[in-house]
Amino acid sequence: MNQTVKRFRYAMKRLAQAVPIVLAIIVINFFLLHLAEGDAAVALAGEAGSATPEYMAQLRQKFGLDKPLPVQLGIYLKNVLVFDLGFSFRHNMPVAELVFDRFMPTLLLMVSTILIAVGFGVLLGLLAASGLNTWRDTFISVFALVTYATPLFWVGLMMIILFALNLGLFPTSGMENFAAFHEGWDRVKDIAHHLVMPTITLSLFYLALYTRLMRSSMLEQAGMDYVTTARAKGLTERRIVFGHILRNALLPVVTMAGVQVGALIGGSVIVESVFAWPGLGMLAFEALFSRDLNLLLGIFLLSALLVIAINLVVDIIYSFLDPRIEVG
Amino acid sequence: MAFWRLFRRNRSAVFGLAILVAVLVLAATASMLFPGDPFKLAGQPMSAPGTNGFLLGSDTLGRDVASGIAHGAQTSLLIGALATVVAVMLGVVFGGLAGYYGGWIDDVLMRVTEVFQTIPSFLFAILIVAIIKPSISSIVIAIAVVSWPAVARLVRGEYISLRHREFVQACHITGMSDARIMLREILPNCLSPIIVAGSLMVATAILIESGLSFLGLGDPNIISWGFQIGAGRTVLRSAWWVCTFPGVAILLTVLAINLVGEGLNDALNPRLRERS
Amino acid sequence: MKVKKPPLLDIRNLFVKLPAGAERSHAAEDLNFTLEENEILCVVGESGSGKSITALAVMGLLPAPHVRVESGDILFNGENLTRASAERLRKVRGGEISMIFQDPMTALNPVLTVGKQIDEVIRIHATLQRGQRRDRALQLIGDVQLPNPDRIINSYPHELSGGQRQRAMIAMALAMEPKILIADEPTTALDVTTQAQILQLIKHLQKSHNTGVLFITHDFGVVADIADRVVVMQHGRMVEINAANEVLNNPRHAYTKSLIRSVPGLTPRKARPISGRQELKVSNLTKIYRSGGGLLGFSGREHVLHATDSVCLTLHHGETLGVVGESGSGKSTLARCIVRLINADAGQILYQGTDLRPLNRAAMRPYRAKIQMVFQDPYASLNPRKKVGHIIADGPVSLGATQLDAEKKASEMLELVGLDVRAFERYPHEFSGGQRQRIGIARALTLEPEILVADEPVSALDVSIQAQILRLLADIRDRLQLSMIFITHDLRVASQVCDRIAVMRLGKVEEEGATADLFANATHPYTRELLDAVPGRDWRPPEQ
Repeated sequence: MNQTVKRFRYAMKRLAQAVPIVLAIIVINFFLLHLAEGDAAVALAGEAGSATPEYMAQLRQKFGLDKPLPVQLGIYLKNVLVFDLGFSFRHNMPVAELVFDRFMPTLLLMVSTILIAVGFGVLLGLLAASGLNTWRDTFISVFALVTYATPLFWVGLMMIILFALNLGLFPTSGMENFAAFHEGWDRVKDIAHHLVMPTITLSLFYLALYTRLMRSSMLEQAGMDYVTTARAKGLTERRIVFGHILRNALLPVVTMAGVQVGALIGGSVIVESVFAWPGLGMLAFEALFSRDLNLLLGIFLLSALLVIAINLVVDIIYSFLDPRIEVG
Repeated sequence: MAFWRLFRRNRSAVFGLAILVAVLVLAATASMLFPGDPFKLAGQPMSAPGTNGFLLGSDTLGRDVASGIAHGAQTSLLIGALATVVAVMLGVVFGGLAGYYGGWIDDVLMRVTEVFQTIPSFLFAILIVAIIKPSISSIVIAIAVVSWPAVARLVRGEYISLRHREFVQACHITGMSDARIMLREILPNCLSPIIVAGSLMVATAILIESGLSFLGLGDPNIISWGFQIGAGRTVLRSAWWVCTFPGVAILLTVLAINLVGEGLNDALNPRLRERS
Repeated sequence: MKVKKPPLLDIRNLFVKLPAGAERSHAAEDLNFTLEENEILCVVGESGSGKSITALAVMGLLPAPHVRVESGDILFNGENLTRASAERLRKVRGGEISMIFQDPMTALNPVLTVGKQIDEVIRIHATLQRGQRRDRALQLIGDVQLPNPDRIINSYPHELSGGQRQRAMIAMALAMEPKILIADEPTTALDVTTQAQILQLIKHLQKSHNTGVLFITHDFGVVADIADRVVVMQHGRMVEINAANEVLNNPRHAYTKSLIRSVPGLTPRKARPISGRQELKVSNLTKIYRSGGGLLGFSGREHVLHATDSVCLTLHHGETLGVVGESGSGKSTLARCIVRLINADAGQILYQGTDLRPLNRAAMRPYRAKIQMVFQDPYASLNPRKKVGHIIADGPVSLGATQLDAEKKASEMLELVGLDVRAFERYPHEFSGGQRQRIGIARALTLEPEILVADEPVSALDVSIQAQILRLLADIRDRLQLSMIFITHDLRVASQVCDRIAVMRLGKVEEEGATADLFANATHPYTRELLDAVPGRDWRPPEQ
């Protein structure tokens, strides 16, 4: 069979495997809603008191809150599947619309962070492993160790003090300078300028993680039998590292990148709220303060879907790197 | 002791242990060094470090930053340790059962683990704390709930690689019970990776806790480092010390625990262990 | 002026230093030997004799800086490799001297195609166009008799069988027509029939290219098959060097003599009188493994594997029944079904009239002690966290004995298998492989079994230790009136210990018969093939 067709079928298979996970997350969402104190309608409506009694009654009927739990779950599932996530009174908008509005900035932040963290992590890990026990290795390892132990929000605040307040290199907050009315290419540059500090802040921890992982993975692979074979073939050390070790060493890093996506999006809540980046995380922070639980759950659901989507992409990338994955 | 000899060989681990001991001492003596409620007004607000009798300055409400750090050490260590214990117990039970029995039990338990790993963990923790109401126990539960899947995967891997070992098969043939095989034969053989993972998890738990209390989801009655930083955010321009010192405290503590964890790893798993 | 050409490889006074804290100071001490064009020199020795290190030293592949050549010369066509520059050594490796390894699975890079890995050698050592390199690679793949080169060149290692992988390794090693091929136990990880083919291939290629082959092995059968000359090594020193014929049939050194004495002969031992009483009767035992399929068929087509397929066997009282087969034949599955580690899907396991197969855990309990097992791997079969005494005593305790009785029994058993009673308080890692295997036997014996199932009990052991354990098993069987099922891949071992032999392939028993009978007049073609593939089948170790 054609390799492309095979890979497409593999992607479809992974997609199908994600379906039960999505359902499970929706169910968890439902139970969290029920765990919340008081009438679920109150929670659904957002801050108690801000909804009209008519709307509350309407909600109770719509979600069948007088019916037994399994029926309620069924109704909830049906609503979620058509992306009816309820209404946020705080913002006076349907939750679905709100979260979609804030989706792109978060996606932008996530993708740039993953690229930076994985890219530089691999590079630094490679540099450290290839200069084992030299000052280069020591420097990179200490850097990774320290950043690995630093809380994200604190890095963000310290960067604001240093680069925004003292040096004035980057803006302290926001995604773009609305007052300047930039258009076209200027706007892209403006957004990129705003993106620098949040991206660095969010990527530092993961950068450290991938650096350490890449370093130990390189060292582990360097001790494998096939490396001895490569040496016995008369290959240069350079060729052995780049032609043989590197690709094998990348595999656990790619796997880890997939596993970490969920944690990364959690981290974006903190980073976005520190830098007032108008994404899902910032929205979550606002929802937290206004006790807008329904909105919070909507964000939670959408970000879980985002994680699943990115994991799918990672799986497909992995299948290119490792021929042992059965894509047929 | 043989273990200490091995541990001592890793100098950075000893360095980490020294910091950790210092933090522990600070936490234990907090009420002696800084008697009284760390929340209460202690003097002139916004005093710079070294002025008005404040070693590390005071915040907008005149609370002593140093006192907050000392009392906050108790909170961080307590929550870090408790959450880890709960997470490790959950992980060992789930991972052990899945790895030992395999088949449909493994399928079901691993699907559950997968769901928990897919969920954006920090958001999930925020939701749990927000819904149950912030308190020490809700924070511990939230951190444990988002942390156990990693332990479960680790333990499952160990159990799978050990359950087909010939010494385990020999126990089956002599009619030993499953519970005894799981607890007495297999568990002791995967204790070292569990200890190492657990020690590193304390560090992560402290980071999560600080993040939660930074967002205002800490126990309102107990001071914590994250809370201090969150409270100092607004005065970042005028009073840098309010945010800076608690952050350094977190950094040092987490770094120390990570170093100790790595030292344990080197001491307990000499050379590359066979990976599952 | 010297007229005579220098030897292809001339090793003089070679000392290889081990790092401080190692078991001994040198991995190799004072080695002196030569390798000529068009000859196969076997370096033979037990584990730890320093034979592999010698090979790596020639290649300049010692794990520096820990292990290094301390002194001595390695002359390749008169050029001293110990003084050669790193760049020169790199050119020699793969170009003029190449090497193949024991395990072709780990020795090949899993993420690169076979073609790419062969291509690399040509690319680094020659200047050829891409198309020419590809033609050369295809030719090499054909030379090592791999089927369908066009497919193989694009295959990944995991898509090939063990034998095919080793052929691919050989193709890679021969890409530049090297003058010397170093083969480090190249057939140890392979099945016996595959081993015979690979040995033939190496010999054939060596003859047609006039290559000098340095062949590292532990197996005197292999030596008998291919060696022109032999170096025998012990503890890093060479104790004997001579023509193969001399070493095999007229060994001089005491160590060589003892090694050769330990090699089990292929002459079946004399038949013993066996009682007619049936101890165990296995009939139509079937175990099926399914994989794939899964929900909605998303995991691909379902694979069904009959690990054992309607196996029928009878074990008589006091008899040793050998079950012989290659990997994947189902012999280990059969053993595990009999001791009820694995639940078979169909058939009967009749023990003194009771069918054990359908028994649940509780119902099986009274029979547990009756059938016990000895395992293959002396390192994996003992719990590293438990004291030897407890490992042995735990069996009786879990079947209801008191701790005191169990420990007393355990001490007795330690003595029975020839270990000091003080072993009781020690941990497994304090013992050697052979001693551990004795502990494993003691563990099985404390339950006073009537049937002992031994799954490759000597395969992981050096040949001299192997002989001791085989003697112990025979001795115990006679003393305790045991009946034994002996699983092995090694027909030499089987010929020495088994009264009857069943030959298995792909889950089925192909042929069964009294040992001498089977060796003399095997009727099934597969049995013949197995017998023909035994390394050194034409060599009879000298009687001493």
